[in-house]
Amino acid sequence: MKNRVRKLRERSVSIKPYITPERAVLITEFYAGEGASQASSTPAKRAFALKYLLENKKIVIDDGELIVGERGPAPKAVSTYPEICCHSLQDLEILNSRKKTPFAVDKETRRVYKDKIIPFWKGKSIREMIFGQMSEEWNAAYEAGVFTEFLEQRAPGHTVLDDKIYRKGMVDLKKDIEKSIQSLDFLNDAEALGRMEELKAMEIAADALICYAERHAEKARQMAKKEKNPTRKKELKKIADVCSHVPANAPRDFWEALQYYWFVHLGVISELNPWDSFNPGRLDQHLYPFYKRDLEQGTLTREEAKELLELFWIKFNNQPAPPKVGVTAEESSTYNDFALINAGGVKADGSDGVNELSYMILDVVEEMRLIQPSSMVQISKKTPDSFVKKAVEVIREGFGQPSVFNTDAIIQELLRQGKSIEDARNGGASGCVEAGAFGKESYILTGYFNLPKILEITLNNGSDPRTKRKVGIETGNPSDLSSFDELINAYEKQLNYLVDVKIKGNNIIERLYAEHLPTPFLSLLISDCIQKGKDYSDGGARYNTNYIQGVGLGTITDSLAAIKYHVFDKKNVKIRELCDALHADFDVHENLRQRLLNKTPKYGNDDDYADNIMRTVFNIYYCAVEGRPNTKGGCHRINLLPTTVHIYFGKVLGATPDGRKAGEPVSEGVSPVQGADRKGPTAVIKSVSKIDHLRTGGTLLNQKFAPELLKDEQGMDKLGHLIRTYFKLDGHHIQFNIINAEILRDAQRHPEKYTDLLVRVAGYSDYFVDLSPELQNEIIKRTEHKSF
Amino acid sequence: MACPSDALVLVGRAVSADEILKEIQKDATFFDESGGGVTFSGGEPLMQPDFLEGLLEGCKDRNIRTAVDTCGYASYKTIERIRDKVDLFLYDIKSMDDWTHRKYTGVSNRLIVQNFKILAKNGSSISVRFPVIPGVNDTAKNVARTGELLLSCGVKQVCLLPFHRAGIEKYRSLDKPCKLDIRSPSDEKMQLIKEKLIKVGLDVRIGGG
Repeated sequence: MKNRVRKLRERSVSIKPYITPERAVLITEFYAGEGASQASSTPAKRAFALKYLLENKKIVIDDGELIVGERGPAPKAVSTYPEICCHSLQDLEILNSRKKTPFAVDKETRRVYKDKIIPFWKGKSIREMIFGQMSEEWNAAYEAGVFTEFLEQRAPGHTVLDDKIYRKGMVDLKKDIEKSIQSLDFLNDAEALGRMEELKAMEIAADALICYAERHAEKARQMAKKEKNPTRKKELKKIADVCSHVPANAPRDFWEALQYYWFVHLGVISELNPWDSFNPGRLDQHLYPFYKRDLEQGTLTREEAKELLELFWIKFNNQPAPPKVGVTAEESSTYNDFALINAGGVKADGSDGVNELSYMILDVVEEMRLIQPSSMVQISKKTPDSFVKKAVEVIREGFGQPSVFNTDAIIQELLRQGKSIEDARNGGASGCVEAGAFGKESYILTGYFNLPKILEITLNNGSDPRTKRKVGIETGNPSDLSSFDELINAYEKQLNYLVDVKIKGNNIIERLYAEHLPTPFLSLLISDCIQKGKDYSDGGARYNTNYIQGVGLGTITDSLAAIKYHVFDKKNVKIRELCDALHADFDVHENLRQRLLNKTPKYGNDDDYADNIMRTVFNIYYCAVEGRPNTKGGCHRINLLPTTVHIYFGKVLGATPDGRKAGEPVSEGVSPVQGADRKGPTAVIKSVSKIDHLRTGGTLLNQKFAPELLKDEQGMDKLGHLIRTYFKLDGHHIQFNIINAEILRDAQRHPEKYTDLLVRVAGYSDYFVDLSPELQNEIIKRTEHKSF
Repeated sequence: MACPSDALVLVGRAVSADEILKEIQKDATFFDESGGGVTFSGGEPLMQPDFLEGLLEGCKDRNIRTAVDTCGYASYKTIERIRDKVDLFLYDIKSMDDWTHRKYTGVSNRLIVQNFKILAKNGSSISVRFPVIPGVNDTAKNVARTGELLLSCGVKQVCLLPFHRAGIEKYRSLDKPCKLDIRSPSDEKMQLIKEKLIKVGLDVRIGGG
């Protein structure tokens, strides 16, 4: 790592995130001023608001930087979006003082909020509009913890960029807009005027970004004049040159390509606060032509390319995810804004996409060790083993990156959804694990759905025992159930009803965003918004998908398996007795709880008894959601991932029939319940492969490994084989947590939570909790030794 | 088996060859990818030759590679029955010194050495396991003699397995005294033995796998 990279990285890591009122103040000034009232349409107003912001915000070029631009006035200064969520003074205090993911809020910010921001936005934010429009049924289910709502504090925007900015400057995009305006059909198209307003707004947004870059060029020129150090002087002149050229024009070289993307990124995350953060996607593919040409022409060295990439990485880390409060903070408790850089995969023609930059990106990931951007590798059957091995080498370092994705599965998922083969091959995964057609799709995550909660509501005949409200429909008393199939029927009815409640809400929220907060800047970038003259949030994208993310697959499967096994097959527990035990949180029923935990078939052991129930649960959820129309000409689909919501969903859930006590987390992703898998990683892989991954838009599988298992070539090869096998079985994604000594110590204290933790003992592996304390200590010592 | 929390468990259960083959088949997809297969280990698999033979044949039918992890103490007849049905023998050579072998295992090593020679001559693939037990078989003389045996039989692969204390907990839970409560050999010691055997021309690895 070069010195400048080290310094900038250390600074980025050491600054604690804090709230800057800069954006909120400028946006409020604009909305309160003449510019807003003179705008001819809502899209124009939004575009002018962005322009006002980018014309007036502070320009930052820090010492040593080559890639420039910050969302706020400094690194880690985090903007707020009062038009979406207007934080109260109490919210600001919570942000400032909470233990997890705090944001410092100084006195001046609080004063500005009290005097300017809150008085202007109170009652006008989209968050308030959303909650105002939701039905009583929606509110009851939301408060019970049946689902969460992604769009109550963050805008729709789950989207990744394709290669268009590397071919077209903003000036070129403006020409496309002009063409689209020329072809508007005012004779036959009732929406022609709306399209024209949207297209004009896109033009304003394009100008806003050009102007923003030019302000950086000007600042760099001024700094160059004053600079004494001749090397830095030259760099500043180069920065000025770069910022004058991009984003107005297509980039000429590697450096300009990175800087162009970065301006676009800032544009997107300044316009609104879209979930998940915008992201360059297939970076190795996009940059490779520039890299190759620059190397051939001798204008760039490998070292310089790597340095630029590292500086680019730091830029992401400087922009923590916008502050979240309430349920949204619980479901996504992290500073990570989920920009997920893709490396590897295939090209548009289907050939292997791995190139020299794919490897370099992994080197950068390993050296930078930043929480942002996230990184992943796409592995297709054509991917060379050497690339898999390189990824495993980085995984082994134990900081959770890169995650590993199955390109062939992603392509099939996207094809199944009706995308073209080229769009599918040029796609990838973003956010956590979500498959998308990069640059052409709006794929909105709308909220998590608590699958085990549906069973609790079913067993309580439609009521939620925690909020004591009727949340579902009456499907009968559990004591009247005469077969397992009847229970499944009742569960399906409850689930269908509650999915309907969620989708009705989604369709309203979608219209609110389309009408009140269009995104002309983001629309510039996503095909085919310009051609259609439609906003990204209003069906402008080529593909428009809404997801509802199912959570707790392991917990619901094991709970139903326990009921089937004990109540209906073995008949050793009465359903009444079980329900009483659940209501009492197993208080005087510990014996029953132990039986449920230890004497019941569980998902994750390649045992069809439990795994077939998982298939049933999956199908019920899939059928409830898949294909339900949204308001943008697309439809709803499912994926299975949790971020951190499995903790929140566990908090709002009473004891479950799998032996889980009230308030404990539910299972995460598609992983088995913590500790329920006792037959090793191959059995987990086999069980999880029974999910029909190709009918989802993404699934998330976490696996824990002790570093000793990967200490030599053979161990690394084995991990490679495990990945390849899972992918051959159509698995979508897998990520590895390499455990450290701290986790092992926790496992010593709470063995019940870690019954599935495998460690390398000597020439063999064993479950950590089964080892003698003496041997456990030895392994802890060994693990510490490795400095993970 | 009445203990609901599994604090007291019966380890192991009676199974049929068919059940085992079904279980093995579940992992076949992993073997395809890794070139791996199934290892019959123990106890001592050669103690149940009929059962083992059935399983080996079942695996052959399914094109699943097999290894047999054995101490080599079996009748010539048993060895002859299975030798051509096994893809790889993991073969323990604990001590070349008969007196030591008798003292710690209760039997002579003659049959073991003889079987080893038969298998080698037969052309079976063999990977030798040499458990390094401090004060028992880690003498220069024993290391040299082990090397000589392997060379004379044309077997090159040997894994040195450092003695470990993982079994102590098992003795404790069975309420039995552990008679071999000694330390694991040092890394330096293991390295030394490895180098000696490499010098005579063997392929040596520390650890199994």
